Amino acid sequence: MDYQVKLPHVGESVVEAVIGEWLVEPGQTVEKYDPLVEIVTDKVAMELPSPAAGTIKKILAAPGETVAMGVPIAEMDADEVPEEEESPAPLDELDPDPVQPDRIGTLVQGVNMVSLGSMFKDDSAPEQERPKPEAPPAADRPVRTGISPVVARLAAEHGIDLASVSGTGLGGRITRKDVLNAVRAGTAEQVSSGDPGDRLVVQSPAKKLTASHMLRSWREIPHAWSAIEIDVTGMVECRNANRAPVNARHGVDLTYLPFTLRAAARALAANRLLNTTWEGDAAYTRARINLGIAVAGKDGLYVPVLHDADKETLVGIAKRTLVLVEKARTGHLELEDMRGGTFTLNNTGALGSVFGGAIINHPQVAILTTEAIVRRPVVVNSDGVEEIVVRSVMNACLSFDHRVIDGAEAAPFLQEFKAQLESVSADSPVQ
Amino acid sequence: MPTMNVLEAIRDAMFIEMRRDPSVFVLGEDIGARGGVFLATHGLIEEFGEARVIDTPLAEASIIGIALGAAVNGMRPIAEIQFGDFIWPGVNQLVGEAAKVRYGTSGQRQAPMVVRVAQGGGIRGGLYHSQSVEALLVHTPGLKVVAPATPYDAKGLLISAIRDDDPVVFLEHKRTYRLVRGDAPDGEYTEPIGKAEIKRRGDDLTVVTYGMMLHYTLQAAAEVSEQDGIEAEVVDLRTLRPLDTELVLESVRKTSKALIVQEDTPVVSVASEVAAVIADQAFFELDGPVRRVTPPDIPPMPYSPLQEAEFMPSSDDIAHAIRQLAAV
Repeated sequence: MDYQVKLPHVGESVVEAVIGEWLVEPGQTVEKYDPLVEIVTDKVAMELPSPAAGTIKKILAAPGETVAMGVPIAEMDADEVPEEEESPAPLDELDPDPVQPDRIGTLVQGVNMVSLGSMFKDDSAPEQERPKPEAPPAADRPVRTGISPVVARLAAEHGIDLASVSGTGLGGRITRKDVLNAVRAGTAEQVSSGDPGDRLVVQSPAKKLTASHMLRSWREIPHAWSAIEIDVTGMVECRNANRAPVNARHGVDLTYLPFTLRAAARALAANRLLNTTWEGDAAYTRARINLGIAVAGKDGLYVPVLHDADKETLVGIAKRTLVLVEKARTGHLELEDMRGGTFTLNNTGALGSVFGGAIINHPQVAILTTEAIVRRPVVVNSDGVEEIVVRSVMNACLSFDHRVIDGAEAAPFLQEFKAQLESVSADSPVQ
Repeated sequence: MPTMNVLEAIRDAMFIEMRRDPSVFVLGEDIGARGGVFLATHGLIEEFGEARVIDTPLAEASIIGIALGAAVNGMRPIAEIQFGDFIWPGVNQLVGEAAKVRYGTSGQRQAPMVVRVAQGGGIRGGLYHSQSVEALLVHTPGLKVVAPATPYDAKGLLISAIRDDDPVVFLEHKRTYRLVRGDAPDGEYTEPIGKAEIKRRGDDLTVVTYGMMLHYTLQAAAEVSEQDGIEAEVVDLRTLRPLDTELVLESVRKTSKALIVQEDTPVVSVASEVAAVIADQAFFELDGPVRRVTPPDIPPMPYSPLQEAEFMPSSDDIAHAIRQLAAV
């Protein structure tokens, strides 16, 4: 039976998605849960499983198109009726006053129009006797290939150069739909009012989604910041001592990231308030510690999640992190890799940064940046004697949601993070 | 909900209002013992008697004039014009007088009258039993002009017309009388005068129409949807004066294209007015010319079946026009 495959709701704050590549084509037979299409939602690329076994009839949403949740994206002939997921109707389908067909009525055939014998009989049967109008030559009344009022207005409003839009109307005319498609796809060259040579910043779909997510975080969350200096000389020595053996035994290159992730997980376990996320108007401290890791992917920022980081060994963290980072860089993250983050760690130090104020990853309430490790003269107290020595020092900067966390609650977390890292030394066990 | 045809819906509305309000009475040619040539008033004389169901001579000026006199003196007459083609002798009473009562008396007098007019072609009625007479009436400030296409709308709108304090011309398309069957509620209900209705939703173009043409338009819209994937939105005006410009504009702003279908000839007509309103108030939403499907601009309805069919817009004509406009 005919069934419309709709874009499902995959997250509470997600309202639309960008259609990626279709993995099936019309006429193809699919099993239930076979992947149908790639969709890019709020920072995740996922494959949409088929809701039922059957045959794909028609694809309704083209790659690159932005589609609202609940909107049909394909038609299929389903072997069974899939269970409909409750989803709000998209705005343009909301119909407060649905047309009732029985109020229109049907046409009865062959009745007498009036009761006057043979007069006014319905014997003209105009539809049957008349020859159908022939297909229009070119056009009965030719339309000049010009710019219609609505096309001119929309182009002006959206700053679209109509020369860059290809028309699908009669004689190649640019139609309203062509302009709207161009606006939606963002393919139209936009014209700056500045100097010649000014170039439009073309935003990838992932970047656009990140942008709206960032905007939401920035608008909703009252950010507060705190930073701490950490002596990571021992961590550096430990990493250098274990790099070759770990690579030999486990096949992963040991970086500083697993050390900082483990320290963050342990610091969160001791300071649960920072392991909180919002659900609507309420914030809940989460039992699981799932660390988001900010990664620069091929077309934008991704934050894959290392679930239950506090239950993992250092090498386990290293292995799983490597997989996630690789998936993010190559665009192969799955929805499960992106779900349920409770705290984010952003290793901006890899880019040489020594200080930062990160934007919190809504609905989380805190994000930590680990900055560049630099060799610095430091005053140390050795048996009551102060002396200046050269040490490896790293800054860690915390942004926190001031609705949930006060400075006095942020500080113990940072102190614990510092203590965890400073307790590492060259002879710390690594497994 | 009971099923009835348009004729039965109109008769039902008159029974309801005559039982409810003793100031309502009917007058017209053959409407008493004969029950009207179309049987719209069948049974009224048996229940309400000759004092409230008045057979008149063949004199339309008198029918409308008597109705007007009764109306300004507190009655609620329903005058039947047997064929719209013969309304012209009564136009002075309607356009020249009834339409001016409220304004001319500074609101001290009103003319709560209904003139039911059987009109329209496609019934082998020829030159004198097929005309559409709305243009002159719709042009006239002070009149309300209603043109229902379905049993549901006919009944609800006629009850509203009878209760309205201004003169209402109620245009009944003869071809819908027995041809269109649909549901209409038992008992009394009203449909608002001045409100159009979307009878089919679509977003490729808007087709504005009324009367019998609604049904041909819906057939055409179904055909182009099935064969060409074109989704036409069909707006049934229902009232021709005052026009529901709001709903027409709302639809055109959505679709950006408008086609107007009417059985009346094109010049200075309902279609002209709808087109003018769209051009005036939705110009910057238009993505194509505003087009009309009408009969040719000539005097008849012809009597010959083939010529009659050629004169009347058909669902094929409408489908053809929809395809053309959608392709622009």
